[in-house]
Amino acid sequence: TKNGISNGGLYKRPFNEHFEQAPMYVAVFTYLGFGVGTLFGYLRDFMRAWGLEKCHLATEREEQKDFVPLYQDFENFYTRNLYMRIRDNWNRPICSVPGPQFDLMERVTDDFNWTFRFTGRCIKDVINMGSYNYLGFAETDANALKTVADVLQRYGTGVCSTRQEMGNIDKHVELENLVARFLDVEAAMVFGMGFATNSMNIPALVGKGCLILSDELNHTSLVLGARLSGATIRVFKHNNMQSLEKLLRDAIAHGQPRSHRAWKKILILVEGIYSMEGSIVRLPEIVTLKKKYKAYLYLDEAHSIGAVGPTGRGVVEYFGMDPDDVDVLMGTFTKSFGAAGGYIAGKKELVDFLRTHSHSATYATSMCPPVAEQIIRAMKCVMGLDGTTQGLQRVCQLSENTRYFRQRLHEMGFIVYGNDDSPVVPLLLYMPGKIGAFARRMLDKNIGVVVVGFPATPIGESRARFCVSAAHTREMLDTVSGADVLMKLTSDGKGAGRSYKSVALNLSNSFCICFS
Amino acid sequence: MMAAAGVGQQWVLVEMVQAFYEAPAYHLILEGILILWIIRLLFSKTYKLQERSDLTPKEKEELIEEWQPEPLVPPVSKDHPALNYSVVSGPPSHKIIVNGKECINFASFNFLGLLDNERVKNAAQASLKKYGVGTCGPRGFYGTFDVHLELEDRLAKFMRTEESIMYSYGFATIASAIPAYSKRGDIVFVDEAACFAIQKGLQASRSNIKLFKHNDMADLEQLLKEQELEDQKNPRKARVTRRFILAEGLYMNTGDICPLPELIKLKYKYKVRIFLEESLSFGVLGEHGRGVTEHFGINIDDIDLISANMENSLASIGGFCCGRSFVIDHQRLSGQGYCFSASLPPLLAAAAIEALNIMEENPDIFQVLREKCKRIHKALQRISGLVVVGESFSPALHLQLEETTGSRENDMKLLKRIVDYCMNRGIALTQARYLEKEEKCLPPPSIRVVVTVEQTEQELDNAALIIREAAQSVLN
Repeated sequence: TKNGISNGGLYKRPFNEHFEQAPMYVAVFTYLGFGVGTLFGYLRDFMRAWGLEKCHLATEREEQKDFVPLYQDFENFYTRNLYMRIRDNWNRPICSVPGPQFDLMERVTDDFNWTFRFTGRCIKDVINMGSYNYLGFAETDANALKTVADVLQRYGTGVCSTRQEMGNIDKHVELENLVARFLDVEAAMVFGMGFATNSMNIPALVGKGCLILSDELNHTSLVLGARLSGATIRVFKHNNMQSLEKLLRDAIAHGQPRSHRAWKKILILVEGIYSMEGSIVRLPEIVTLKKKYKAYLYLDEAHSIGAVGPTGRGVVEYFGMDPDDVDVLMGTFTKSFGAAGGYIAGKKELVDFLRTHSHSATYATSMCPPVAEQIIRAMKCVMGLDGTTQGLQRVCQLSENTRYFRQRLHEMGFIVYGNDDSPVVPLLLYMPGKIGAFARRMLDKNIGVVVVGFPATPIGESRARFCVSAAHTREMLDTVSGADVLMKLTSDGKGAGRSYKSVALNLSNSFCICFS
Repeated sequence: MMAAAGVGQQWVLVEMVQAFYEAPAYHLILEGILILWIIRLLFSKTYKLQERSDLTPKEKEELIEEWQPEPLVPPVSKDHPALNYSVVSGPPSHKIIVNGKECINFASFNFLGLLDNERVKNAAQASLKKYGVGTCGPRGFYGTFDVHLELEDRLAKFMRTEESIMYSYGFATIASAIPAYSKRGDIVFVDEAACFAIQKGLQASRSNIKLFKHNDMADLEQLLKEQELEDQKNPRKARVTRRFILAEGLYMNTGDICPLPELIKLKYKYKVRIFLEESLSFGVLGEHGRGVTEHFGINIDDIDLISANMENSLASIGGFCCGRSFVIDHQRLSGQGYCFSASLPPLLAAAAIEALNIMEENPDIFQVLREKCKRIHKALQRISGLVVVGESFSPALHLQLEETTGSRENDMKLLKRIVDYCMNRGIALTQARYLEKEEKCLPPPSIRVVVTVEQTEQELDNAALIIREAAQSVLN
C-alpha cells in the first residue's frame, strides 16, 4: 500500500493517501463472480450460435458477407456477455443542466438491455454524484450567464477556421492572457478539446530519440499523445518515486536501447489528480527528481485545476510550489469551469513553439467564442476579479464538502481510495454483481452515481466513483452517504466483519451478475 | 544399452526398470549431474541483455552528471510565418474585421453562411438557458443529453443511414474512427493527399498503410492486385486481415473530388471496405447537400462509414460518423475521442440541429453555392503567375504559384505579400497552413480561397479583380 506521509521536509502539509487492500474472501468471491459470468457467457454464445436463442446483434450486409469480418468474435465476448447485462447504468441521458441535481430521462428495456425505449417521463431532481462539476459552474442563472449570452448573440457558435488561418478571435487572446495570469506563468495557449490538447501537443514537444516516463494510470489522451509522438515510453508504478528514480537513472546511464546514444530529452508525464484512484501526484518529490536528473515535467491538471489549492490554482498551489518548476502545465476547462477545451501554459518560448508547431493550431478548429466567454467569466469569478468573493467561497465549500463526505464514508467503514483532499471519491465495490445492483438501487433512491468496472479499472477492483461538487449541500451529502443501500450492499469495510450474513450476501452478489 | 534400443521398438515399463538396474554407475552419475544442471538453469534468475550493466556505480554517477538534454523547445524565430496570428475582432462572418481592417471574408469555411444566422443563434440561446454551457462529463457518465440524441437521430435521417455517432471535435472524429476498426496487421489504402487528421488516425491505428497516387485508380488497382498475390501466398493470414480504402469526398489539400463510382467497383472486386471523409462535401455536393454519394447517385449503404465534421457547412463545432448500425455502434465503446472525452456542449448541438433544419428547408442553396464557386473559378483563371487548383464546384480552392522560386520559404513570402495586398483592399484571404515536417506528402504553398453563399456576384468579381492586381504587382 502507498500510505505515505511526508518525505523529509519536502511536504509542507500532511499527505494522506490510502489504498487499503480488500480482505481475501472478497477477492475470492470477485473472481468467482467473474468466473460464473464467463461460463454463462460461453453458454449463451453457444445457444446463439446454434439458433436456440435469438441473436440481437446487428449483422453484416448480405452483399458483403464474403468480406473479411470486421470484428473478431472473441474481441467482443466481454461486451456481449458481461457488459450487456448491466449496460443500463451507463450512457444515461439527462434533460437538464448537470448541476448538483438533475433530471434523468426514464428509460426502460424490454429485452434485457439490448434496446432501450424512452417512456417520455423525466425522473426529477436526482442528486448528481457523477458529473465533473467541482466548483458548481454548471448553472443556468441568467445573471451569471449574461455575458455568455451576449457573446453568443454577437459572435455566433461557429469559427470555421484554424488558429493559424482565420480562426484566432479576440476572445481567444483575452482568454489566453487570463489563463496565464490565473496560473502565474508567462504565457498560455488554449485549444478546443481537452483530449485533443494532449494527443496533439505531446507529439509536437517530443519525438524519436526522446524518452517519455509515464505513470501507470495515466489517462488515454496522454497515452495516445505519447504513442503518436514516436518517443520511447517507459512506465513507472503509480505515484511511486523509487520506481521513477530507478527508471531515470537507468535511462541516463544506458542511453537509447541498442545504440546507447544519449537521450535527446526526457519527459515525465503525470496527472494532478488521477480520476479513477483519487490520488494526488507527489509533486514536491517529482520536482526534486526532475531537477536532479535534468528531465522535463508535463503535468496534466484536468481534474485538479480549480479543485484543489487554497485559491483553486491546482496542485502546484496545493503543495505551495512555484509554477516555474513545472515545465508544461496542462489542464482542461471541462471539469471545474463548466465549459469545454484545454490549455497549455508555461514559459513564453514553449507557448510560441506550440503556436507554430502544434497540430491543433494548424489543422483543428479553434474554440468557439461563447465557450471561451464562459471560461473567462468562471475564471474571473474564481480569481475574485468580478468584485465578489463568490469564487473563493466555492473553492472553500468544495474542500469542506470533500472532507466531510470522505470522513462520513470512512466512519461507516467503507474502503475508499485516494487522498483525503481529492474531490474524486472512489468507493470500492469489487464484485461484478454489485456494480449493476449498486447503481440501480441508488437510482431508485434518486441518486445518480457512476460505476466503473473492467477495463477502466483492474478486473478485481470495480468501484463507484463519486464526484463531490461545491454546489452540493450538506443535506445532499448526508442523503447520499446515509442511503441504506450503501449499508446493505457494500459491506466490505472494517465494520462489516465476516458474519455469515455478509458472506452469504457476497456469494449471492457474485452470482447476481448472471441474472441481472 | 539405451541407445541400442533404437527406433521403432516399443518400450515396456518392465524393460525400462531392468535397464536402469543394469546400467553402469558412471552412466547414472552423468545422467544425474545433467538433470541437476537443468534444474539449476530453470530456477536461476534470468538476465535481460539490456540490463547487463558493466557500469560501476561511480561510472553511473558520472554519466548522470555529464548528461545534458536538449532544451524542451527549440527557439522560434520572431518572423516565423505562422507565429503572428491575424486577430479577428468580432465574429468571423461575411464581413470580417481582421487586424483592424474591414474585409469581405474569403477565408473561413462558412459555406452556407450559417455562422451568424439568427435562427441558429436563437436555438443556441434557448439551449444555453436550459442547459448552461458545458456537459461536465463524457457520454458514458451522464454527459448524454437529449439534444445529443436528437442531433444523432437527425443526422442519421438526413444522410439516410441507420445510425450516426457524434464527436465533440472535428479533428478527433476521423482520428478516433479509423483506429476503432483498423488494428495492427490490417491494411489501409489511402490517397496521398489525405488530410492530416486521417494521417494521425492511421498512425494511431498502427496498420499497414499503402499510399496510392492522388485520384489515380490505376495505381490503386495495381496495389490491390499486389495485395491479392500476397494473399494467395498466405491464405490463412488473409482471412483475418481487414482491408480498407480511405478517401475524401472533396479533398482539403487539392480541392478535387474522389472518383467514387470507380472506388465502389474496386470495393466489390477486391472485397475492401470503404471509409469516406466528407468534411468539405457535406452540405455542399448533392441535390440536398448529402455529399458525394448523392452527387454520384450511389446507394449510401455501399459506403461502410462516412465521417464528416460539423465545423464547415453546419457552422458549429464537432463531427459525426454515419453508416449502418453494424459499423457505427462499435465506436460507442472503442472510439477513443467518444469514450474518454467530454461530450459536445448542448448549445452547439442545438445550433447544429437548427442549421440542419435550415438546410432541409432550403435545398436550393446548394445549387446557388455551386454556381458561385463556378463563377469565381472561371474569374480566377488566366491570372498570370497563379494557378487555380480545385474542381469548379469546390468551395475551397487553392491558388498556387505557377513558377516556384525554388525555396518554399520564398514562395510563402511571395504569397504573403499577395495576401497582404488583398487584405489592404478589403479581401480577407489566408495561406493554407501545414506542418512541414509532419506531413507525409507536403502540398505546395498556396492561398486558400473559400466561397460562401453570402458573397454576392459583385463581391466575387471584385475579389477576382483584386487578386489579379495583387499577382501582377507582386509577381512582376
